[in-house]
Amino acid sequence: MNGIIAFYNSTVGRKIVMSLTGLFICLFLIEHLIGNLLLLLQDGGASFNAYAEFLTTNPYAYLPLRIIELFLFFTIIVHAWSGITVWLKNRRARPVKYNTYGIAENAKFASRWMFGTALLILLFLIIHLKEFFFEMRFGEGNHNGYEIAHQTFANPYYSGFYIFAFIVLGFHLYHGFQSAFQTLGLRTKKYISLIEAVAVIFWFIIPLGFAMIPIYILLHPYSMALAK
Amino acid sequence: MKVTLKVWRQKDKNDEGRFVDYAADEVSPDMSFLEMLDVVNVGLVKKGEIPIAFDHDCREGICGSCGMMINGRAHGPGRGIATCQLHMRSFQDGDEIVVEPWRAQAFPVIKDLMVDRTALDRIMQAGGYTSAKTGGVPDGNAILVPKPAADEAFDAAACIGCGACVAICPNSSAMLFVAAKVSQLSILPQGQAEREARVENMIAQMDEELFGGCSNTYACEAECPKGISVRHIGRLNHELLRAKL
Repeated sequence: MNGIIAFYNSTVGRKIVMSLTGLFICLFLIEHLIGNLLLLLQDGGASFNAYAEFLTTNPYAYLPLRIIELFLFFTIIVHAWSGITVWLKNRRARPVKYNTYGIAENAKFASRWMFGTALLILLFLIIHLKEFFFEMRFGEGNHNGYEIAHQTFANPYYSGFYIFAFIVLGFHLYHGFQSAFQTLGLRTKKYISLIEAVAVIFWFIIPLGFAMIPIYILLHPYSMALAK
Repeated sequence: MKVTLKVWRQKDKNDEGRFVDYAADEVSPDMSFLEMLDVVNVGLVKKGEIPIAFDHDCREGICGSCGMMINGRAHGPGRGIATCQLHMRSFQDGDEIVVEPWRAQAFPVIKDLMVDRTALDRIMQAGGYTSAKTGGVPDGNAILVPKPAADEAFDAAACIGCGACVAICPNSSAMLFVAAKVSQLSILPQGQAEREARVENMIAQMDEELFGGCSNTYACEAECPKGISVRHIGRLNHELLRAKL
């Protein structure tokens, strides 16, 4: 146990924890996107709601899914906490700032703004969980996820915020995905091109897939009514 | 050519420090940046002022002591050079050049542009060595080193410990330095005896010296006068995992 704490307290150890939790959250994004794309089907929500019902009420899947869900929340908290503490430590490492600092000539935008993009993602996550997760799971009112999604995304401001959040997520993963492999020591000459190819799925295709949902609903405001 | 220098002046460790402007009016484009500072210092001495203190030794890019931040770049504009290899032709006539010391909690300013880099020495003392048998000289071919391993270790061994990686890193992290040292020895058969202890102890010392962590911006690789690759940082991380598991 002491060994684990010492490992977590070292800068490299904490970054390894961040990379593993980050990659687990990336896996979750794949599952989440596949499920969400059911929202685009013109079936009045039958498929999406069946999927949502499976996630929450299927007796065989209930226990494993709750364990995975709790583990996911745990990894998000660990990832965020590690990120905040690493950021604070890194800030303290340079108490006197440069007058002229040419970091922009040496490092990509996404790599320098990981903390900023992370804060925006955290804000998005809080709003997103409140609007969908808690509403569908514990809310008093409507539990029909398909209807909630179509009503919510009909608001262009709300949809705009979501689309913006996915662009931010894309930036975060543009750096974060390959950075995780670097931290694990796997970004070697042999695998670097493979990692960069797979990274495109995570920083471009997945955020685009998520953003398509509010865009589609905005462009088809009556799709829900038509489907009925 | 003429340039205006905006140089950080700081009397000692406890002084607050401030920028002072100096006009360098008789600069040859063929001068190195250090030679230009020498000329400015001669002028200051003639006027009875205290010359600008800066570290320098070999003036041929191998000692790593002439570290300074020039217009926001470690060792100034250009790739793969130390300040002594930076020529004044890299600037335009009439330029204002901002000169600052390395900025890091682990590198306290001693005077003006000189910083105390002994934190890097203490990291080396924590594990940057190998055990060697005493006695007669071993046969040259007794220890076989594959050519790719020798090349990779040599690339890492090119590190001159100048601290440019720490200086440019947004986190003042010494990861590229530590990675170069750990990587160099972990690849070679001579480094195997302390392989696990070395990486753990050097990283522990790096943390104790209050260097920041690596966020993989790869700015260090871009600014390193010896072009040390960040793949050595990957190997350092791998070595730590290997030691822990």
